[in-house]
Amino acid sequence: MSNNIVSRLKRKKIVDVVATGKRMDGRELLQYRDLEIKTNFLAKSEGSAEVKLGKTHVVVGVKIGIGHPFEDTPDAGVMMVNAEYTPVAHPTWEPGPPPKDAIELARVVDRGLRAAEIIDMSKLGLISGVKVQMIFVDLYVLNYDGNLIDACSAGALAALTTTEAPEYKVSKKGEIKKTDKTEKLKLRAHPLAVTVCKIGDSLIVDPTYDEEEVKDGRITITVDENGNLNAIQKRGPVGFTLDEIKKCINIASEKSAEIKAIALAGE
Amino acid sequence: MSKTTKKKTTKRKTSKKKWTRVDGRKPDELRPIHIESGVIPNADGSAYIEMGRNKIIAGVYGPREMHPKRFSKPNMGILRCRYHMAPFSVDPRRSPAPSRRDKEISMVMTDAIEPALFLERYPRSVIDVFVEIIEADGGTRCASINAAAVALADAGIPMKDLVSSCASGKYEGNLILDLGDYEDKNGESDVPVAYLPKNDQVTLLQMEGIMTQDETEKCIELAIEGCKQIYEIQKEALKKKYGMVEATEETEEAPEEEEPVEEAEEE
Amino acid sequence: MSVKFETRDIVVPGDLLYEGRIRTGENTFRSEGNVYSNKVGLVNYSKDRVSVIALEGTYTPLVGDLVVGMVSDIELGQWVVDISTSVNAILTMPDAINKSFRTNFDMTRVLDVGDVVVAKIVDLDRRRTPILSILGRDLGKVHEGFIMKITPSKIPRLIGKKGSMINMILRGTRCQITIGQNGKILINGRNREDEELVVKVIHKIETEAHTSGLTNRIQEYLRTIKEDRN
Repeated sequence: MSNNIVSRLKRKKIVDVVATGKRMDGRELLQYRDLEIKTNFLAKSEGSAEVKLGKTHVVVGVKIGIGHPFEDTPDAGVMMVNAEYTPVAHPTWEPGPPPKDAIELARVVDRGLRAAEIIDMSKLGLISGVKVQMIFVDLYVLNYDGNLIDACSAGALAALTTTEAPEYKVSKKGEIKKTDKTEKLKLRAHPLAVTVCKIGDSLIVDPTYDEEEVKDGRITITVDENGNLNAIQKRGPVGFTLDEIKKCINIASEKSAEIKAIALAGE
Repeated sequence: MSKTTKKKTTKRKTSKKKWTRVDGRKPDELRPIHIESGVIPNADGSAYIEMGRNKIIAGVYGPREMHPKRFSKPNMGILRCRYHMAPFSVDPRRSPAPSRRDKEISMVMTDAIEPALFLERYPRSVIDVFVEIIEADGGTRCASINAAAVALADAGIPMKDLVSSCASGKYEGNLILDLGDYEDKNGESDVPVAYLPKNDQVTLLQMEGIMTQDETEKCIELAIEGCKQIYEIQKEALKKKYGMVEATEETEEAPEEEEPVEEAEEE
Repeated sequence: MSVKFETRDIVVPGDLLYEGRIRTGENTFRSEGNVYSNKVGLVNYSKDRVSVIALEGTYTPLVGDLVVGMVSDIELGQWVVDISTSVNAILTMPDAINKSFRTNFDMTRVLDVGDVVVAKIVDLDRRRTPILSILGRDLGKVHEGFIMKITPSKIPRLIGKKGSMINMILRGTRCQITIGQNGKILINGRNREDEELVVKVIHKIETEAHTSGLTNRIQEYLRTIKEDRN
């Protein structure tokens, strides 16, 4: 594979086809690929989800453990979102430290969850200033065919809604013990990211790898169940007009409700 | 990993009365194994294995140009295996950065598989085998080798034979096949073995624990018997991918209409 | 001496195909006097020879092959072309424009990075790097169409006996189809519907390449899809 050189032929063809209101795989511009989500399929994770969005394949694992709080929030738990681009997922992905895109992926998903205050972190303190509960959300990409943000966002939401959190007991001596009891993790909101891509003058959702390669730019919008926006992220070396941005927000609101129904089916 | 070394002598008599394994298996019984080939669309070849509760995906890319070039060999190809565990595959969560253990396993995996390949056919190239542990349940390196061998065959890479692998060991004084997570962590010893059935050669052999020479030899024999059973399951998995289309085929058409493929030539 | 399978059985690497002396065909090897398969494929026994028709596999370049590739770099007097094989191919100026190298010549005017070409492999150099040529009819830079990828080992099936399969698809869809032996197929149709049909048909051929009676089934498939459309 060559170093991310996009075939001119590919760019021309995709742009031409999208301009006629169709996609290379026969979809409508605002149509997602088939989305399948399987939750709670890993025994060693407190929560898990396997997402298949077309050929994009992601596993999300939620692990709960004990760690140190941040100095400024001694009683609040800590949530960390991490994305792993496994080299098995794409011919151009290599082992090594996470590439910039993987860091962005984790941060965009994280921002959506955090901004929506999905979990009441103040309930996760154990010993003030010393120990708190940690929630790790690991986004693990196994096959990459575009639109990782939406797939991971849906997977994270599905995994968190089905997470069985262990109950911890703190003894008088300050020892923390994990009890056998578990409790469903309480979520206060259901944020979900929808990415809208601009190809030529058209807006599309759920781009494939090929479409992402030739896209001009994208806007990811995280929307909660009440239609409030939680996060926005624009990428790509082009500008969007206000009108286009408004269109993107409308598309995201509409699509997030549709995708959320699938992501929350396992609840 | 902490191994208990409580039993210095092996008096079988005391435990003779109906000793059973933690999961109720017979001493020489494998865990249920399920293998599927062709699970990662982007990869040239791939396989998914469930061996007990191990869930592992292996993908093959290549033979392809080696990067960086100075690591390539002018007269033969290079096999590069990478064993990697998902952060949520074990309890508690582990860091996604490759550990020293991961690196060692990657190395012995490469040694276990390489004898099955014709690397001299691919000068200056590399064959990458990426293994991702989604969930670990004892014996991940063996399960990884089983998946990798199927993935290599699925990639159409010429092979002298499939490589099959499983571990044996000693638990509560008894020699047992295919240790589960609990037996692996609490047993006296563990002997992972990989085997090329056609040449009757062992290509992976490690051991950790305390056993007599006689016991060690018996363990290796036991593991080889296990490998032979796995070999059949691997073959079935490779054929299964084509089996389904063929089965519906026979009811529809008479086999006389055969069309020998080898006569098909380019225009 | 004995045959271990029947012709067209699916075999996997390490399967014993024949005990005793016989000629070894493609994708087989001899070990200790017996013949084994080294790939997943369909075994084929003929009078004096046993071979395996591979069902999976990457592309091995051969002189005379038609390939579809993309220019991935420009070096002094030559283009580097990615043809999806273990090493990149080389296209030199004489093989591209029939002129020898001049330092003041702007090579991007002929082919630039990202351009797609249909080329023929005219030679393999000392280190087995494929040497390409685009001099000839239907060769050169591609301006229209798109590329579909299939497993290279299934290309013979797509072409069919004396081109029977591909000719049937050409007649049924009126698309221009250029088949690269490296598994890249260049498709260019008059409308999107025809192109989608070609993609569907080729995909069906790829997934059912190992079954018998495929030509008839594809003919039937083409007919039903076209009836649905009318």
